[in-house]
Amino acid sequence: MAIETPSATAGPTGPPASPASAKGATRKGDRIFLGLSRGSGITLLVIMAAIAVFLTWRAALAISADEASFLTSFEWDANATPPRFGIAVLAFGTVVSSIIAMVLAVPVAVGIALFISHYAPRKLATPLGYVIDLLAAVPSIVYGLWGALFLVPHLTGLYTWLDEYLGWTHIFRYEGGAARSLFTVGILLAIMILPIVTNVSREVFRQSPKMQEEAALALGATRWEVIRMSVLPFGRSGVISASMLGLGRALGETMAVATVLSPSFLIKASLLQPGGGTFAQNIAAGFKEAGGMGRDALIASGLVLFVITLLVNGAARLIIARRKEYSGANA
Amino acid sequence: MAKRIDVSGLTAYYGNFRAIDDISMTVEPRSVTAFIGPSGCGKSTFLRTLNRMHEVTAGGRVEGKVMLDDEDLYGPGVDPVSVRRTIGMVFQRPNPFPTMSIYDNVAAGLRLNGEHRKKDLDEVVERSLKGANLWNEVKDRLNRPGSGLSGGQQQRLCIARAIAVEPQVLLMDEPCSALDPISTLAIEDLIGELKSRFTIVIVTHNMQQAARVSDRTAFFNLAEVGAPGKLVEIDDTERIFSNPSVQATEDYISGRFG
Ligand SMILES: Nc1ncnc2c1ncn2[C@@H]1O[C@H](COP(=O)(O)OP(=O)(O)OP(=O)(O)O)[C@@H](O)[C@H]1O
Ligand SMILES: [Mg+2]
Repeated sequence: MAIETPSATAGPTGPPASPASAKGATRKGDRIFLGLSRGSGITLLVIMAAIAVFLTWRAALAISADEASFLTSFEWDANATPPRFGIAVLAFGTVVSSIIAMVLAVPVAVGIALFISHYAPRKLATPLGYVIDLLAAVPSIVYGLWGALFLVPHLTGLYTWLDEYLGWTHIFRYEGGAARSLFTVGILLAIMILPIVTNVSREVFRQSPKMQEEAALALGATRWEVIRMSVLPFGRSGVISASMLGLGRALGETMAVATVLSPSFLIKASLLQPGGGTFAQNIAAGFKEAGGMGRDALIASGLVLFVITLLVNGAARLIIARRKEYSGANA
Repeated sequence: MAKRIDVSGLTAYYGNFRAIDDISMTVEPRSVTAFIGPSGCGKSTFLRTLNRMHEVTAGGRVEGKVMLDDEDLYGPGVDPVSVRRTIGMVFQRPNPFPTMSIYDNVAAGLRLNGEHRKKDLDEVVERSLKGANLWNEVKDRLNRPGSGLSGGQQQRLCIARAIAVEPQVLLMDEPCSALDPISTLAIEDLIGELKSRFTIVIVTHNMQQAARVSDRTAFFNLAEVGAPGKLVEIDDTERIFSNPSVQATEDYISGRFG
């Protein structure tokens, strides 16, 4: 935006002393750059608006034709006449599996990030960082295959154990069978988002101001106390942002969920029973066979996912903003 | 509450670079000792060896002896964390914890020591802020963030934080260099008051300041860039500023240098 005020572009080399020579050269470049950046900005907005209008219109068509309750019913017969479909199961599955993923991944990610940034000797920290970078680049279908071939058969032991000690809660009741449940999906998603959350948190912790760390040290803080007094408070909003990145990935993950979950349009009391579904998984599974109305129904469900993501991001921003005056940005 | 520091044969390194070489001196209790000398001569490095902060920088290494009364700070089995609890430090740039309130900043050291009773904390916070001449300015906003204060107020907050734990020694590395003349005077007055209770060491580039606040002055110098810094002399401030025994000291103080 500073481009629009010519004086701001003059910089240290263009004091008012020699206006004539400097102006001609910078002005032309400025105008081209201004045109380019403005043009691409407007194009982007137009494209996005067009997509939004198209999706909303198709979704509205589907929702108005829906004979069941779109938000609360447990069925998906979009191709039937009249079409009947609801997103309750998908919303539940998406939210629950993402929550499981966050609960498992964020503490571990913060721990690894702190270890790399503040505990590990440099010789260990650097390769560890590389490995985690590498993990972040693994395609999700690979995680999905690994999940289906390795994780699912190996989780039955954990499931039995959970059932034994926590089965009375109903949430962790396990009645045998393959571990193709929302819980497994949550674990797999946790593993998938771990690298990105770790990486971003590590960068944030690494930038924690030395001045405040030294202040804590000079007061006689141990390493953990330094982390608690200055690194964690400083990194708090960064960790929230990192978690949101991870959550975004977990909410929208398609292939890995589709390969691991055995879907159904039911909400089970137990997280360990197979069944349920997520928005992205349901779209991937159903898009090919869906007719016109079926596709519009899937688009409508995708819009709901979009709204959920927006809400989550908004909530995160609120949390960050509320702590702003303590953030140390002005220290 | 104040102890004598006895340094002998102290050498400090950053990796392979020897920053200060073979320094020996005595810092008297209940007095102010000023360190002066050209930039890069190792004043900060030396100061940080006195509370074992030097070793937290990458490659930081120390040889020699620092005695606090009759305790060897670098002796085997001495925990640097407990050393730092008895020797407080104030840094060049004010560094209150930005995420903590004014109150919590002052109470931070006490909480580290395991003091959590509200009544005792209240008392110490008030006493320390009064000791740092900050109480009147902040008593109505103890729960506001410390980073919302002016630079001079923040520095006094840092002093309050340091004295709240009643250290034996207070180390100050150019505590006024980021402050305006009025805040500087406030802190100089404060140093004058604090020396009745603490052993104070202050690094400064301001000759008048050294002359005003200190009882003894140590002059450091280095032979050339890249050479280790050395202690040239330490003597009563009056003598250093009127009739130093080394010519280089006089040259430095009078501004005829290099
Ligand atoms: N973290 C570090 N790593 C490597 N060398 C360092 C480090 N800190 C300081 N040095 C070097 O050690 C020497 C002494 O530095 P020091 O900061 O102690 O000087 P000083 O007397 O405090 O200078 P000033 O008056 O500018 O603050 C300098 O040559 C400096 O370059
Ligand atoms: Mg210095």
